[in-house]
Amino acid sequence: MNELPPFILFFVAALLVLVTRGFIRNLVLLMAPVIGGLHLWFNVEPGIVMSHSILTFELVVMRTDKLSLLFGYLFCLASFISSIYAWHIKDQTQQLAGLVYAGSALGAVFAGDLITLFIFWELLALSSVFLVWARGTERSFNAGFRYLIFQVVSGVLLLAGALIHYHNTGSLAFDHIGLEGIASWLIFIAFGIKCAFPFLHSWLTDAYPEATVTGTVFLSAFTTKVAVYSLARGFSGEEILVYIGVAMACFPIFYAVIENDLRKVLAYSLINQVGFMVTGIGIGTALALNGAVAHAFSDVIFKGLLFMSMGAVLYRVGNINGSDLGGLYKSMPRTTALCLVGALSISAFPLFSGFISKSMVMSAMIEENFDYLWLLMLFASAGVFHHAGIKIPYFAFFAHDSGIRTQEAPTNMLIAMGLAAALCIFIGAQPQYLYSLLPWEVDYWPYDTTHVLAQLQLLFFSALAFVWLNKKCMYPPELHSTNLDVEWLYRKLVPKIFRQCLYFLQQTKKSVVSMTLAPVHKISHTFSKTSVAKYHLSESWPTGSMVFWIAIILALYLLVDIFA
Amino acid sequence: MSAQNHKEHLFDKPENVERLLKGFYAICILLVIADFVVHRHVSLSWEEIPAFYALYGFIACVVLVVIAKAMRKVIMRKEDYYDE
Repeated sequence: MNELPPFILFFVAALLVLVTRGFIRNLVLLMAPVIGGLHLWFNVEPGIVMSHSILTFELVVMRTDKLSLLFGYLFCLASFISSIYAWHIKDQTQQLAGLVYAGSALGAVFAGDLITLFIFWELLALSSVFLVWARGTERSFNAGFRYLIFQVVSGVLLLAGALIHYHNTGSLAFDHIGLEGIASWLIFIAFGIKCAFPFLHSWLTDAYPEATVTGTVFLSAFTTKVAVYSLARGFSGEEILVYIGVAMACFPIFYAVIENDLRKVLAYSLINQVGFMVTGIGIGTALALNGAVAHAFSDVIFKGLLFMSMGAVLYRVGNINGSDLGGLYKSMPRTTALCLVGALSISAFPLFSGFISKSMVMSAMIEENFDYLWLLMLFASAGVFHHAGIKIPYFAFFAHDSGIRTQEAPTNMLIAMGLAAALCIFIGAQPQYLYSLLPWEVDYWPYDTTHVLAQLQLLFFSALAFVWLNKKCMYPPELHSTNLDVEWLYRKLVPKIFRQCLYFLQQTKKSVVSMTLAPVHKISHTFSKTSVAKYHLSESWPTGSMVFWIAIILALYLLVDIFA
Repeated sequence: MSAQNHKEHLFDKPENVERLLKGFYAICILLVIADFVVHRHVSLSWEEIPAFYALYGFIACVVLVVIAKAMRKVIMRKEDYYDE
């Protein structure tokens, strides 16, 4: 019993969703993560390895240690909260996609070999894209397709890397890989796409804001965190990850400041937060790795909370552009308060969850003498507060009164957000419980006077900058706009080049055809003027009559052959 | 609904906004003063600068916004740019 992989529970629940309806179906959706989570918590110990032989491969479908178990708990928790948030949804496709998606994430983190990992890697992509498509708009359909292409390419690279790795080493085991040789690079890039490395990130900012209200909440929890887990398992201590992580933490904050779609702002800030995790993995010390996975844990909950609050606004108002919102605290006071908890958590305010996890990565950077990069990360920390901590709640709920009056979010959404908010505060105020679950042994405590004071100064003066810029009218207003990002390359440049190539080819064809036909026409024109041209045989005949006459000749041959 | 429209809300009164801001400024000042009162154990040379984190946070955010605003000139397009 204790070897039962939790993804099976989710897939069985997905089958039950097909045959049930109404309240029973909702109950199935809610109970799958509860049973899965309790099973992991009470039955499953670290150190299990369960494998099946298929063909010549040994597939390890269940391998547990503290690292995979932590992500297992996290995914059950995230799936549970998201299910409550999506309680009102009647759309079977979305319900099914959500369950299979969460189950695949669990399958991936307990996969002990690269082929099993690949299978769940692709299942993640195939199930989650329906959460984008379910929005039902043309934009979401196209964005979903682009998302799917990125995800499938990532899977193909993973498979190619895995097979070359098998060829080289004779093993498919998914343990530390390290950057050496083509196989490891292929796997690294496959992880990098799912992790939204710079230049490979645009699928995220493209598709997440286009998904359904509830779909984005699911999406924010699983894909990138599976990638973070995979990097922590396969590539911890690779220094290149430090630089990638710092870039990920820094560049999205600029976009977040000028982006109008508030769910897209959160998508950029998701990349920024994953940057802190990737940096931690790159540093590779016990403290840094613990910080990375602890931050993944806090991030799933507070980012989920922020996406839920913006989803509630979108659900009630039908619009999520900062330029059109404002003053919603008057009609959605509870959502406002819960959003503020998420904002304080992502900004790493002391007593909120971001503080106790992000500070581990920051401390590890100082310990390993990444001084200048640490300054950049401090800049990114201030930037997070600026766009996610202040901008999101300010433009949605406060700012100028847009005149929109609506209702408070539905009860199920409030319960889900309340649960997430309570967890943010609990983890932040009582970090010892999360720390005890962390995979590596480290003695670390975030609450000392120096650290708390430093963080409070950083945050309050970032807020002061916001107030000052606003008073001086220097803060960029929210505008209806699109900001060019890497996606411009494949949404504008490549199609443009393609169209021009096509046009060029058409023109070439035209001129070649006219050049070759011109002499032919000329000859036939000259011929038609000669006296021979008036005879019947010199006219051009239709192909049909030629075939007819050939058939007659062949028939004659046949008759001659039979009777002669 | 109409009753709600006319209801006076917390930040409809400018004096409430003023009060909030005054409280906020007071906390900022206290945090800088605390920097000189509390004994900090620092590990980096930068941290020895008085109120380093406060200065850094303020400057970082102003720089962030100034650069982001400048970026708009280059990368901002119409909302339906990709739909055309």
